[in-house]
Amino acid sequence: MEGVMIILSDLLFDYTMRTVALGSAILGLVSGALGTYAVLRKQSLLGDAMAHAALPGVVLAFIIFRSRAPFVLMMGAIISGWLGTLLIINIIKLTRVKEDSALGLILSVFFGFGLMLLTYIQRIPDARQAGLDRFLFGQAAALLQSDILTMAYVGGAALIIMVVFWKEFKLLSFDREFGASLGFSMQGLDILLTTLIVIAIVIGLQTVGVVLMSAMVVAPATAARQWTNRMHIMVILSAIFGALAGIIGTVISGLGPRIPTGPTIVLSISIIVLISLLLAPNRGLTWRWIKNIRNKNKIELETVLLDLYTLATKHDKPTHGHSINVLDTMHTGTHGTLNTLKELQKQDLVEHQEKDIWSLTQGGWQKAQDLAKERGKTS
Amino acid sequence: MAENDYALEVNDLTVAYEHEPVLWDIDLDVPSGVIMAIVGPNGAGKTTLIKAILGLIEPAAGQVLIFDQPYNEQRHLVGYVPQRRSVDWDFPTTVEDVVMMGLYGQLGWIKRPTRHHRAITHEALEKVGIVNLADRQISQLSGGQQQRVFLARALVQDAQVYFMDEPFQGVDATTERAIVTLLQELRQQGKTIIVVHHDLQTVTEYFDWVTLLNVRKIASGPVEWTFTAENLRETYGGRVSFLKSQPEMMQPGQEQ
Repeated sequence: MEGVMIILSDLLFDYTMRTVALGSAILGLVSGALGTYAVLRKQSLLGDAMAHAALPGVVLAFIIFRSRAPFVLMMGAIISGWLGTLLIINIIKLTRVKEDSALGLILSVFFGFGLMLLTYIQRIPDARQAGLDRFLFGQAAALLQSDILTMAYVGGAALIIMVVFWKEFKLLSFDREFGASLGFSMQGLDILLTTLIVIAIVIGLQTVGVVLMSAMVVAPATAARQWTNRMHIMVILSAIFGALAGIIGTVISGLGPRIPTGPTIVLSISIIVLISLLLAPNRGLTWRWIKNIRNKNKIELETVLLDLYTLATKHDKPTHGHSINVLDTMHTGTHGTLNTLKELQKQDLVEHQEKDIWSLTQGGWQKAQDLAKERGKTS
Repeated sequence: MAENDYALEVNDLTVAYEHEPVLWDIDLDVPSGVIMAIVGPNGAGKTTLIKAILGLIEPAAGQVLIFDQPYNEQRHLVGYVPQRRSVDWDFPTTVEDVVMMGLYGQLGWIKRPTRHHRAITHEALEKVGIVNLADRQISQLSGGQQQRVFLARALVQDAQVYFMDEPFQGVDATTERAIVTLLQELRQQGKTIIVVHHDLQTVTEYFDWVTLLNVRKIASGPVEWTFTAENLRETYGGRVSFLKSQPEMMQPGQEQ
């Protein structure tokens, strides 16, 4: 408990801790919000390819400009991530290579080239201190205030563009061809949105790393989708989940001496996803399971009630009793007619007359009549 | 507009995928105020024809005129109902929201819909009989309801020429009737409706104009002259069981 208090006070007052937490929150926020589009457009894997494709850009930017200023490296990453994406899209469009192969191809070619360049610059004097290999797995502890500011500016700009073109991006994501028929340049919008997603990925590279970054794009949106059926709420929730995972990851990694921040952030968002998949109302697994059982019970009750009704209509009074054996033969497959009858008895829809003879109550007759009418209408 | 103006004029339209022609030298003149069916076998290029007219597919050659002007200048007069299955109905949005998209063209870039646009949306939803579903998430809709949403979205476009891709595909009988009534209402308002259609049985009942298509245009004109056994055989390659089962419908054509 005391440890947590210290962490929390560090979060507010310790420079390193505050910087790392802020940086992680920004990256989670931006990638969460923009990741919504990747998930809705079924481009989750594209995020992974973009992240890996960004690596050579980072190293090349350093080699060319001999600078490790965050903006320089980020621009390198954006250009190279973007180039990889462009190649993927064109390979799919112009050749017979399928999407998954194109993704795998570009991802490994760019990533391999990036690794080669990383090895190469180890030999350049004073490059060793550049610490570019932190882009592989991320190193949040190395975040500086200047990094955070760059992340905030670039990410903020991306989010503002997202809000400005909200309507157009929604159209693009839901029904591209209809949008084109309205006269919007869907290709232009596609390029713009893809660029924004590349930016979202690049912002997080330094913290989470090339290898794990796609999780920050896909996971928050996947979790958010579970809780809402509205796109704007999904974007907001996804951003909150991403930011939350960033902060939680930072706090947890601050608890021990050798807990890496990036992977911890990714683990945190994974737990949020897991909880969402299991517990979210309507779409969650638990909810569906309960609903299934309820449905099954309801159908069972209604079947027996309707069977009794069918039998009763053959007699002069509604409350004519019938043997449980007759009911058993009427509905196929299930057993436990007795249990079902007892359940119906609790709801005052049937009554037990003698031994194994059961009958509808007045209320049960009414209910069964309504049910029969309803079924007649739908079938 | 003069009486003899064509709502849609297509000249020499050719579409090819990897040098294989999908549509070959299509010429069409569709007068204003008709409901026209485009029929033809699978792979005949029906959907491609609509998409090429709407500029969604780049044609290899050809020209499209709407009321005598190039399509690009007349886009605001055109409404589009894509195939229902072309979108993801699990998308996190509401019925109202989807219908509102029909207004995005009039709104233009960046501007947001206002209360006025909501009113138009609700009016359209009322016309297709699902105003009670306005706030419903679209994944909860039946096939017929989905189709009504798409129709409402086209209605708010307030177009003069409508292109609909298989609006009757997989809808219930009630919805089918409702759509037919709606199309007739639109025609009464002088609008032109072009429908990709699959069910040959209903062509004479629902449509007054028809284009028979199989990569090439086989025939195009009023249903009573054009929808003939001979033309159908040429379109479908003589394998139309429909011809045997409903010969009386062919009568007018055969007399011609």
